Amino acid sequence: METTPAVSAGRDGSSAFPSGGDARNDLPEALTPEQLAAQWEAEKPPAAGALANVGSSLVVLGAGAGALILSVAMGLGTPGAPQPGLWPFMISCAVVALGLFQLILGRRNRDGEKFTRMSFAPLTGLATLAAMVALMPMIGFEIPALVLCIIWMRFLGGETWRSTLLVSALVVASFYGIFVLALGTSIPRLF
Amino acid sequence: MDFLNPVINGFSVVLEPTNLLYCLVGVVIGMLIGVLPGLGPAATIAILLPLTYGVEPVTAIIMLAGIFYGAQYGGTITSVLLRLPGEASSVVTVFDGYQMARQGRAGTALGLAAIGSFVGGTAAIIGLTFLAPLVASFALDFGPPEYSALALLGILLVATISSGAKAKALIAAAIGLLLATVGRDMFTGESRFTFGSLQLADGIDFVPIAMGIFGLGEILYNLEERHRAAKAPSKVSNVWPSKGDLKQASGAVGRGSVLGFFLGILPGGGATIASMASYAMEKKRAKQPERFGKGAPEGVAGPETANNAAATSSFIPLLTLGIPANATMALMFGALLIQGVTPGPQLVEQNPELFWGVVNSMYIGNILLLIMSLPLVGIFVRILRVRAAILAPITALITLLGAYTINNSMFDVTLVVVFGVVGYLMKKFGFEPGPLVLAFVLGELLENSLRRSLLVFGGDPTGFLTRPISATLLLVFVLVAVLPGIRSLIAKRKGTAAPAGATNKIEEKV
Repeated sequence: METTPAVSAGRDGSSAFPSGGDARNDLPEALTPEQLAAQWEAEKPPAAGALANVGSSLVVLGAGAGALILSVAMGLGTPGAPQPGLWPFMISCAVVALGLFQLILGRRNRDGEKFTRMSFAPLTGLATLAAMVALMPMIGFEIPALVLCIIWMRFLGGETWRSTLLVSALVVASFYGIFVLALGTSIPRLF
Repeated sequence: MDFLNPVINGFSVVLEPTNLLYCLVGVVIGMLIGVLPGLGPAATIAILLPLTYGVEPVTAIIMLAGIFYGAQYGGTITSVLLRLPGEASSVVTVFDGYQMARQGRAGTALGLAAIGSFVGGTAAIIGLTFLAPLVASFALDFGPPEYSALALLGILLVATISSGAKAKALIAAAIGLLLATVGRDMFTGESRFTFGSLQLADGIDFVPIAMGIFGLGEILYNLEERHRAAKAPSKVSNVWPSKGDLKQASGAVGRGSVLGFFLGILPGGGATIASMASYAMEKKRAKQPERFGKGAPEGVAGPETANNAAATSSFIPLLTLGIPANATMALMFGALLIQGVTPGPQLVEQNPELFWGVVNSMYIGNILLLIMSLPLVGIFVRILRVRAAILAPITALITLLGAYTINNSMFDVTLVVVFGVVGYLMKKFGFEPGPLVLAFVLGELLENSLRRSLLVFGGDPTGFLTRPISATLLLVFVLVAVLPGIRSLIAKRKGTAAPAGATNKIEEKV
């Protein structure tokens, strides 16, 4: 019975571990399941603090309160003769209650992850995606897709320039082949 | 023999060339994403949802199902060779699988896992064949009150059994229900939460939500992960286990099949829990439990069998009750709805080709996967060298262009990106995306049946308790909702009396 808890603990990010963090540096060979779980734990991104919990709880509370007000405005009616707002009203009450619960009692919860320097990668990724969505209707998908590939592979993935350019060109060409030539979809395109 | 007729007809559906081809495509994709750490089966199925628009419902589900159970086979390979679980359901395989690989028995571990998976999968299909029609006929009398209770219970179970904080998972589920109310109210025709937008008047489509939250959210999240250098061995030899190995593992395979089958049926259960439970059970039963973690073949065979059996049997609640048991099944539910098929107890009767076609396709899929994991395993081992940096932009582009093809509109693409951000932030802040998508899918059903039942009961909510089945389901609902709180209270009391908090905490998680 000792192994399963160690696994689930390793995956969901709580603390208490029997074996310490020394497993990470030396002796990667003779690992017991417990040590392995501890090693995965050590490699995880740092846990977010109380601020992240407050922030996310407030967002949840805000969304719940907003929905609550809007659903009251839609009219509640009675359970026997409900107006459109009754069901959303019930859910938003649950959202608000759960948000309050999380705000107050979830302080010690360590499920969140801290934003680190590594978090710039998804931000950059998002920027390229947004740019692609904005540019596609105007100049077609080929050039934005090529740029997206190059940025993701070279700057976010650390590939060499040679393989980046080669693979990117190949990827865009095969997407053109699949979506335009083979499937005949109406994706906005330049050529 | 009347009972077997539709079953046999199902085989003729599977053997149509198109369906065979899609089955092959599904299991190959499943195997690939299982091997490649990063994208899980749920994300892959979400990303590929647009592919299913152009084909028959049965073909679409055959392919999606293939991805799901194929990933259970593929996830083993990285667990054994690299000590990196390709899927969550293969985490426990790492313990003994990697040790076996270090002892030069990687091939044996992979072979045992493949054979176990095949046996578990096949046993579960046979179980499904007999159990599913029974459950469906039982559920035919279900009315709106039963469905309300069942949907509520399903959402609650999925939320509470998820690995993270329960309150956060419940928040995600509630937000999913709220998102499902966007659009026209079915009873009064009034618009809700549309903010005057015409595009929101018909509600938010399931596909952009799934593609964004599961697909793009996971892609963005993976960008952040430190890429651990994977040193894949160039080849694996000797994948055929010896007679002695097979004999040693056969008990574990048998127990894993049964355990996995039943854990898969439970809402919120599924492959991951089944594999962990099987590992724990094998270790407990073993005469020398100290062998576990040092390369015990049962520690590989049991969990791998159980996760496949569970992956297969988790189709039962979906196809017979119309209640998805986990997030991946919620995606299947959505895919069926897109095709105009509502899964439920009538499915076996009214749509036997679809039902038996999908079920029987799993036999073929499992045979294909057995071939891919024994003689052809070398090919997949080589795929381990494909770098995540190259895959990421490809999957992102598939998602964006695929989203466009749903309705040929940029609005859907924008929605996918927006929900991608939501999905990424949810993962960052520790909110499970699974309950949100599941609740979103069930939201309409839940509201409909709740309001219908209240009409029947004349607005009296105690009416739910007058019907035995809905009353029982609601009782279970209350128990599931309240028990963890009471247990942690008791644990806290004990914890202050004697500082044994750590063990209590661990037990709670099991």
